[in-house]
Amino acid sequence: MDENDAILKFEDTSKRFPGVLALSNVSFAVEKGTVHALVGENGAGKSTLIKILTGVHKQSSGRVLYQGRDLHFGDPHQALLAGITAIYQELNLAPTLSVAENIFLGHLPKTGADTVDWAAMRAKSRDLLSFLDGEVDPNALVRSLGVAKKQVVEIAKALSMDARIIIMDEPTAAIPKKEIDTLFRIIRMLREKGVTIIYISHHIDEVFEIADRVTVLRDGRVVETRNTGEIDEPELIKLMVGRELTKQYPYHPGAPGAEVLRVENLSRRGVLHGISFSLRAGEVVGVSGMVGSGRTELLRAIYGIDPISSGAVYVNGAARRFKAPRDAIEAGIALLPEERKTSGLVLLMSVMDNIGLPSLQKMSTRGVMRDRELARTSERMRSLMNIRTPSLRQRVMNLSGGNQQKVVLGKWFARDPKIYLFDEPTRGIDVGAKVEIYNLMNRLKEQGAAILMVSSELPEILGMSDRVLVMREGRIAGEVPRERLTQEAVLKLAIGGEKI
Amino acid sequence: MPSDAVEVEEAGFLQKFMWFWNKAGVFVVLVAVWVILAVLSRGMALGGANVINVIRQVSIIGVIAVGMTGVILLGLIDLSVGSIVAFTGIIIAAIQVWWMKGQNEYLTLLICIVVAIAAGAAVGFFNGFVSTKGRIHPFIVTLGSLTIFRGATMFVGGGRPITGMSQAFRYIGAGELFKDYLPWGLFIPVPMVVFLVIVAIAAFVLRKTAFGRSIYAIGGNQEAAYLSGIMVDRVKIATFTILGGLCGVSSLILTSRLNSGEVVAGQGYELDVIASVIIGGTSMNGGEGGVIGTLAGALLIGVIQNGLNLLMVQPYWQLVVKGAIIILAVLMDRLQRSFQTL
Repeated sequence: MDENDAILKFEDTSKRFPGVLALSNVSFAVEKGTVHALVGENGAGKSTLIKILTGVHKQSSGRVLYQGRDLHFGDPHQALLAGITAIYQELNLAPTLSVAENIFLGHLPKTGADTVDWAAMRAKSRDLLSFLDGEVDPNALVRSLGVAKKQVVEIAKALSMDARIIIMDEPTAAIPKKEIDTLFRIIRMLREKGVTIIYISHHIDEVFEIADRVTVLRDGRVVETRNTGEIDEPELIKLMVGRELTKQYPYHPGAPGAEVLRVENLSRRGVLHGISFSLRAGEVVGVSGMVGSGRTELLRAIYGIDPISSGAVYVNGAARRFKAPRDAIEAGIALLPEERKTSGLVLLMSVMDNIGLPSLQKMSTRGVMRDRELARTSERMRSLMNIRTPSLRQRVMNLSGGNQQKVVLGKWFARDPKIYLFDEPTRGIDVGAKVEIYNLMNRLKEQGAAILMVSSELPEILGMSDRVLVMREGRIAGEVPRERLTQEAVLKLAIGGEKI
Repeated sequence: MPSDAVEVEEAGFLQKFMWFWNKAGVFVVLVAVWVILAVLSRGMALGGANVINVIRQVSIIGVIAVGMTGVILLGLIDLSVGSIVAFTGIIIAAIQVWWMKGQNEYLTLLICIVVAIAAGAAVGFFNGFVSTKGRIHPFIVTLGSLTIFRGATMFVGGGRPITGMSQAFRYIGAGELFKDYLPWGLFIPVPMVVFLVIVAIAAFVLRKTAFGRSIYAIGGNQEAAYLSGIMVDRVKIATFTILGGLCGVSSLILTSRLNSGEVVAGQGYELDVIASVIIGGTSMNGGEGGVIGTLAGALLIGVIQNGLNLLMVQPYWQLVVKGAIIILAVLMDRLQRSFQTL
């Protein structure tokens, strides 16, 4: 590659944190006006790299060249001024302000009298938005927009700062398929304008669809940088994981036993309508459907988080009414929530303390914790789940996403529940850790546990379920057995075809 | 197996220092401040009588600060502690001077202890119940309680202090233990024993019991705690109730020391109490900290206040110094946290 085309160049860049070498002699170049993908498992060093680019961290050694000059940002604001913007999964917008205000937040256009020039701000916003996505109204409150439109606002904000590099961190994680196409269209437009995009994603297919080049990171080192045309999916995955993944979905048929959970006519006003199904020991039942079809709400209602207006839940044949998660847990149900950081874990607490959380009662005598039992159980979970942590006393916040999810699994596994409610069990974790989680699901299945798995990833639903319940508008639109399980069969039910 | 080839280095000096500072920094500051004040006051700060005086003073605030540690660990706050102290104080004074006048001293003492703790706990329960079930931030609820129970105190006492406690009751504040066994007329004051026992129990509860772990879990992530089967509202109400009960204990010491139930008792205590907890390293966001730090925080405030008195610094300057120390303590905490994530 010609030296002059590189807008960004890492030369032997390393970053040291207390006790950890997060980046080790990283060298690669990003060409101007390209989409450059950054892939790697959680903990590979992607975030650290981004934080150096955006002025949050400083490299410990080596150089970073931006437009041919050494990059030295004292703080994130300097990075913005220099034209480097990052758009994170958790979007950084002020929900109660208008779209236009958000776009110009921090550099509001001023009139001669030093007041905000609203007219100019609206006009400029309209220009930017019409270029990106004509549907977004500059006067709308950001609060009223969906995730995809919020992303458009973030991109407009970046352009208003004259961004030359836009870093996108998992931009497709929380938006529906149709919006992904819109996003890709916008990305291609930006590329034509000469903007450089650094694209981070766990979705390998997206990398091949949108990126020109891809850099694979593993354990803080660059494994390879290649043009996407010169490499195929299995090879890329192999580079990321460092080994060949023989099977991405290690499905085992298993032998379903007695019914453990039955839901009859369950309704929650305005959300769930007359839901009936049953779950048997040793089977994995997938729950599919569009965003907003009531999948998560169904799990919440069963688990006793949201009150139900009518209908009944039977556990092992006995009608149960759960007033709080505690009741459901005592009946042998576990919930792996959608957002592990906000709902699954106490990040400040240690691995061991998190594993003990659902078992505080079980592992205490007259209220006093049996510490040694907790330590033993945690140690067992660590080896069983293959949780990679230097110590059980390590705070969970310092673990990678995949290992955090294993801690969530471990904290339930330690209680040995008979019914698992999984909500997006592999969201945001890398390919290698995904397979480990699937293997754990198989193990649970063998031991006679029943799993109800909500997932937005259709391949995962198709790959791991014994049968699939498809939801639409708070109802069960139909059920597809494994023999007839295809993408078409599920989608047809999800968007409203005829019943199967 | 993928290679776990991330190089792990030895923690550097700075890391070790920050770790040590995190664990024991308050104690280091405490000793340093004490030495400085001892020098400045030409040894007066080290005098046995003075030390005992500081400890007595600290116990009154410290007992409440132990309870406040639990509430702040939950990420919550209670502003009404001073009013609870006054309210329970006026009730036990009224019991002794009016309602049970002439009864057996020891029976009266027992009833006072029970009533003080129960009345304090009742107010704490009220704070906890209204804020959790009514979904109102405890900042608002306890701001209301602060006013309500100051008013109730005036109502019970008719606006005037009730003076003249029994001899048995005065032992709580003035009792001198081991006087015969210690040299130079030194002794262990009863309030100090009460305080230390409460600190020890609280440290045990927070570290070793399911209830204690629940407090940390809720303070760290309420949603995750609830989904893990922790009865969040119950734990919160219980913690407020315990804080109320400890205000009752503090009130027993204070009323006994003053020999009087005062309408203005405990005014402004919330400041010293919250400051003790924060200086002791408990995070205002909840989930991090503990009661040993609070012990040091309360001592630090007591020592500084005492030192300023000995140096005859004017009272209004004392307030300025105290406020500055609180801000400084939180600032230190921030700095240290930013070091951790460097």
